[in-house]
Amino acid sequence: MPVNETVQDLNLDEYKYGFVDKEEHVFRTRPGLSEEVVRQISKHKDEPEWMLDFRLKALEIYESKPMPEWGGDLSKLQETLEEIYFYVRPQDQMERSWDDVPANIKDTFEKLGIPEAEQKALAGVGAQYESEMVYHSLKQEWEDQGVIFDSIEDGLKNHPELFKKYFGTVIPTADNKFSAMNSAVWSGGSFVYIPPGVELKTPLQAYFRVNQERMGQFERTLIIAGEGSRAHYVEGCTAPVYSTESFHSGVIEIVVEKNAHFRYTTIQNWSNNMYNLVTQRSIVHEGATMEWLDGNLGSKLTMKYPSCYLVGEGAHGNILSIAYAGDGQHQDTGGKIIHAAPNTTSSIVSKSISKGTGRSSYRGLLQVHDGARNAKSNVECDALLIDETAKTDTYPYIEIDEKSAHIGHEATVSKVGDEQLFYLMSRGMSEEEAMALIVRGFIEPIAKELPLEYAVELNRLIELEMEGSVG
Amino acid sequence: MSSSVLKIDNLQAKVADEDLQILKGVDLELNQGEIHAIMGPNGSGKSTLAKVLAGHPGYEVTGGTVTFEGEDILEDEPDERSRAGIFLAFQYPVEIPGVSIANFLRTALQAHSGDEELDLFEFQDLLMDKMDLLDMDPTFAERPVNDGFSGGEKKRNEILQMACLQPKVALMDETDSGLDIDALQIVANGVNKLREENPEMTVLLITHYQRLLNYIEPDHVHVMVQGRIVQSGGPEVALRLEDQGYAEWQGVEATAGEVG
Repeated sequence: MPVNETVQDLNLDEYKYGFVDKEEHVFRTRPGLSEEVVRQISKHKDEPEWMLDFRLKALEIYESKPMPEWGGDLSKLQETLEEIYFYVRPQDQMERSWDDVPANIKDTFEKLGIPEAEQKALAGVGAQYESEMVYHSLKQEWEDQGVIFDSIEDGLKNHPELFKKYFGTVIPTADNKFSAMNSAVWSGGSFVYIPPGVELKTPLQAYFRVNQERMGQFERTLIIAGEGSRAHYVEGCTAPVYSTESFHSGVIEIVVEKNAHFRYTTIQNWSNNMYNLVTQRSIVHEGATMEWLDGNLGSKLTMKYPSCYLVGEGAHGNILSIAYAGDGQHQDTGGKIIHAAPNTTSSIVSKSISKGTGRSSYRGLLQVHDGARNAKSNVECDALLIDETAKTDTYPYIEIDEKSAHIGHEATVSKVGDEQLFYLMSRGMSEEEAMALIVRGFIEPIAKELPLEYAVELNRLIELEMEGSVG
Repeated sequence: MSSSVLKIDNLQAKVADEDLQILKGVDLELNQGEIHAIMGPNGSGKSTLAKVLAGHPGYEVTGGTVTFEGEDILEDEPDERSRAGIFLAFQYPVEIPGVSIANFLRTALQAHSGDEELDLFEFQDLLMDKMDLLDMDPTFAERPVNDGFSGGEKKRNEILQMACLQPKVALMDETDSGLDIDALQIVANGVNKLREENPEMTVLLITHYQRLLNYIEPDHVHVMVQGRIVQSGGPEVALRLEDQGYAEWQGVEATAGEVG
């Protein structure tokens, strides 16, 4: 009958556009982690059998490993892990509404002067912000040189042999509990391959990557810098990453082949409910250089120690890190360098700032293996305390099995002094402006290594932190 | 033509966390465009006076008043006093590692211009003008504030800041200390040039030695001993001090009180 038909049509339309039951269109796994969840993730990504096996094995390893008891306080983490969703399909993440984004985050975007389209992308409620014109010409340039710059999922699909050759080789699944977890549930991240001899003048910015999944909770990045290549990869941004979830555990693997030069820059600013536990490591071959430039702001607890395994003669590793611990935050960060070949050199410069009830810990490992003749390393960690309640501590582990090694280690702790403050205030600056200027000066040796727009945003962010207006 | 800019009346101050009285009733009045010098032996309280006027948190005012352009400023924070037009050139300028002089001055000038956004080109012009006036190499502005500076460089940096901030009253705390005669001349020339540019600027020179006054000629000279001003007069007071020293007032606190 005509009337019935009309009713049916309406129903169909409603269903088709998802107005009736939104949940039907959203794919996410059950809360918590189980074999079923892992299988579902792999199925949804339409992965080859070997990857499903890889994930399942990783899950077993994850479950067999105890929660780490060193570093930050993870005693309440188990409860969080039982509640979170380990996989939400990226297009469904976009279904969050701008109205759901907390006011303090929006406020920070405004104060950082971030354009609205980009604000939405950063908050995960809009399509990725792209500077189309710039991106397309860059993309063409990269393609012409044979550079692969894809999402990790597309890397697996489109370059299976290259992917399989390197995936999981830098950070074995069993390395630690969270690398095992990531190996079981990874989703999102980048796959980068720079062919031998290729030099990229413009940084590869994850920001520009098109058709990709947004950096997820369990991002996985694999980068191969071919022999004699030279490139810079930039991930993240200084704006706070808003997430409804409270757990992030990434794995970043980088292979730097003979005589290549690779820099990985990341600035992350997580919302304050976040556990941020990341494993990032590089294998550096003969005559090659790896540089980590790592900035950590926000989060409840960050544990992150970028590493360089110097396995080829004359390899060089360089780690620069900045951590900012505001009220209630613990930044447990630093770096690891393993000298496993002769004439390898390295340096770590770590700067931390603690304010209010914030705590920053420097945790570093420096290892020189027997036979790594003439290894040279210098470690410098400087902590700045903004007020009386802020805390800092250092845990430098040094293991030397080689007599000819030259190791330097220097640690300083400074407080913002009354005389410094009075000096700046006597020039007209408010106490907050004076603090921000002192902090900016303190991190300047690292900030100057950042791409300009990042340095500007970082400085602005620190001013906001000093005003106490960032939640 | 001369009107009172800074008036200090029976000012008493002590070290903030201690029971140590340093200023015991200082009276002083500075009119617009005048140059005053306060001389005194070590420990007489003359540097403390400069710091208290600028609002140093290490001292507590226990009595008296200080009015700047008719307003009581003792409750004001150091930054408020600066923005009102009081400048303190430090005896020991503080290092701010990683912050260039240009960046530092830009931040300071922005603070002085309030909500109005500082025009970067105007700032650059101003900075270059002042460096030119003071015969300074433009690369100086790129160096981190006082970090690794010689004594002379630190004092020149103070003068540069003074030139850029264009205060109504400049308090110069032992600007001559630690300088050799060449550096002293350079710094004194700088102050004189700023005065030529802006004759309305009032200057209070605090010094232990007469020699600075050979290069910057004061209108009034005051002698400070044990927290009080014990004598005031013209330049001849300084000359007599050079001959006779402070012996005249040492150990005569009882009578000094009557003078103050």
